[in-house]
Amino acid sequence: MSDITANSPPVAAGSPPRSAPITAVGPIAWLRTNLFSGWLSTAVTLVLGYLVIRAVMGFVDWAFINAIWSVPVAPNGQAQTQACRELQGSGACWAVVTEKHRFMLFGTYPYEQHWRPALVCILFVALYIVSALKRFWNWTLVPIWIGTLTAIGVLMWGGLFGLPYVPQERWGGLPITLILATFGLAFAFPLSILVALGRRSSLPAIKVLCILYVELIRGVPLISLLFMASVMFPLFLPEGMNIDKLLRAQIAIILFAGAYLAEVVRAGLQALPKGQYEAADAMGLSYWQKTGLIILPQALRTVIPPLVNTFIGFFKDTSLVLIIGIFDLLTAGKTAIVEPSWQGFGIEVYVFVGSIYLVFCFAMSKYSAGLESDLNRHRRR
Amino acid sequence: MTQTSRSTFLRAIGAALIAGAVSAPALAQQPAAGGSSPTVDAIRARGTLICGVNTGLAGFAQPDSQGVWRGFDVDYCRAVAIALFNDPDKVRFVPTTAQNRFTALQSGEVDMLSRNTTWTLSRDTSLGFDFTGINFYDGQGFMVKASLGVRSARELNGATICVQPGTTTEQNLTDWARASRIQFQPVVIERLEEVVNAYLSGRCDAYTTDVSGLAATRAVQARPADHVILPEVISKEPLGPLVRHGDQRFADLVRWVHFGLITAEELAITSQNIGQAANDARPDVQRLIGRSGDLGRMLGVDNAFMVNIVSRLGNYGQIFERNLVPIGIQRGPNALWTTAGGLQYAPPFR
Repeated sequence: MSDITANSPPVAAGSPPRSAPITAVGPIAWLRTNLFSGWLSTAVTLVLGYLVIRAVMGFVDWAFINAIWSVPVAPNGQAQTQACRELQGSGACWAVVTEKHRFMLFGTYPYEQHWRPALVCILFVALYIVSALKRFWNWTLVPIWIGTLTAIGVLMWGGLFGLPYVPQERWGGLPITLILATFGLAFAFPLSILVALGRRSSLPAIKVLCILYVELIRGVPLISLLFMASVMFPLFLPEGMNIDKLLRAQIAIILFAGAYLAEVVRAGLQALPKGQYEAADAMGLSYWQKTGLIILPQALRTVIPPLVNTFIGFFKDTSLVLIIGIFDLLTAGKTAIVEPSWQGFGIEVYVFVGSIYLVFCFAMSKYSAGLESDLNRHRRR
Repeated sequence: MTQTSRSTFLRAIGAALIAGAVSAPALAQQPAAGGSSPTVDAIRARGTLICGVNTGLAGFAQPDSQGVWRGFDVDYCRAVAIALFNDPDKVRFVPTTAQNRFTALQSGEVDMLSRNTTWTLSRDTSLGFDFTGINFYDGQGFMVKASLGVRSARELNGATICVQPGTTTEQNLTDWARASRIQFQPVVIERLEEVVNAYLSGRCDAYTTDVSGLAATRAVQARPADHVILPEVISKEPLGPLVRHGDQRFADLVRWVHFGLITAEELAITSQNIGQAANDARPDVQRLIGRSGDLGRMLGVDNAFMVNIVSRLGNYGQIFERNLVPIGIQRGPNALWTTAGGLQYAPPFR
């Protein structure tokens, strides 16, 4: 009846809105739908949760609670690691990192001059940050790079401004990794663009040359290229003439990275619709104008994920220089545990070295994700 | 491109500064008597000796926590640097791997190699090197757990043996097993740390490598007495410094630095008592310290070169004690022939 409806209390306009029951939204509802939706899923959740908690607690026990952070060092330089050995693996012996961290970071660089490679690492990181800021994406970047790299060279070699000269074979650790990676990619990237364009060129000589370069370099492992640079190349030079070992490795890395990046860039060029090329031609642009203004900006944007993939891969591949006796970060870490009193504490050293690699690679990865979403904003609907 | 030219430029500046800093003392050295050595001339012009060493081998060559190279092989490099420049720091160490060590010497990247390298016929001839002496007699051996009760390698029939691949170790093991009709199960593991762990965890009954390596591994165990190094040595590994073939005068110098170190030990001249050696009436001592005989000049260096070396580094025995005894390697075959019946023996220093 209508009067019933009329007599029922009206919904108060001013009453506070009530949220949905906690069984329908919020974390508890999420847990119920995703982790405890049935007996099978509940069982799997409990088992996996138990294992995760066990593993985390085990790691915390090992890495922090039972860990030894430093050990006494005898006057003759021998570390007294008995305390670490008595742990029998139940705790980490971070003493090896405490004792050897400067060697792992800077290798055989003169000890009292360690501030120089430390400053070099800071300069490299600053250079990366500045280059990553969009505000600096113009011609000012060129003098910034030249200036910073000159400063890095002066700091590493010395011999100027009262800094003692340090020959290259004494360099080591993190600066070597950063030098190989930075110069490697900075030179390989422009090279790869040229090669990718050359491979799509209509001029047969250039095309064949680029195909040969890519296929030959890509067809051999990086290790064999490094061996060629380190073992065979010096034999072709006249006696007494020596090209720096680091420079030879650097050139091998540039050539290798260039071949891989060229294929990535070529993928971007091919992903571009033909209409873009034709539109550029129709506007009467020259080849280089077309490439620089229309083609490359679109092509490179498309291939950011595989480009960064290759960058990260090469950052880690620089550690292969260990086979030709260059002390990069990983080799310095391995050498640190050669000393008998520190033998057997490899895990701690690898965790330390690995976390440095992780910081750099993760930063690269996050930056590229940001860059990708930023540059592809026009595609989002 | 910019990097290349910049580096060349900076290197030129650095080299000029170095040359300026060291040319005065280098020129002050006595000129070589009786012919010159291109290697020594190049070293003197450069102002530093360049020495190829291992990238890291306990006791022989390894950088310490401060990045300073230390070890038995390293001290031999320093000894030659002292002979040439009277300065143990005028030497640059180039870490070399097992693969690139010979090229580094052949191509002139290093002046000498002091890198636990075994003297073999083919290396001496077809590779074009001169071994200048044997400063460490090594050989491949076996280590087993004492609890196994094994007394001799002949009892290893049917055993599982841990071995590292690569160098000659694996080949020696196979050759030895075939010759002595022993069946064994090899466990081949590349990395030193892992192969040692495999042995310790009982994955294999025995672990084989050079005796010096076995001793070093045994010494760092919690209870070294739980492990026994078996008496059989199945290969000869005479290690010593080497130089390029064709520069006999430089080879002579490196050779006689080694013999000088042994002679000093034979004569009981140490870094502590070399200051009083001038008062020692023995003619051998007078010749060693360069007060008679003009021997240094014959090698093209200062007559007092052995005084400079021994006062800074000690004699052969002291170098051995400092680097190898702490990691558990005993003198063994490297004792002096004259006093302890070992293999180390120097021709007359006169």
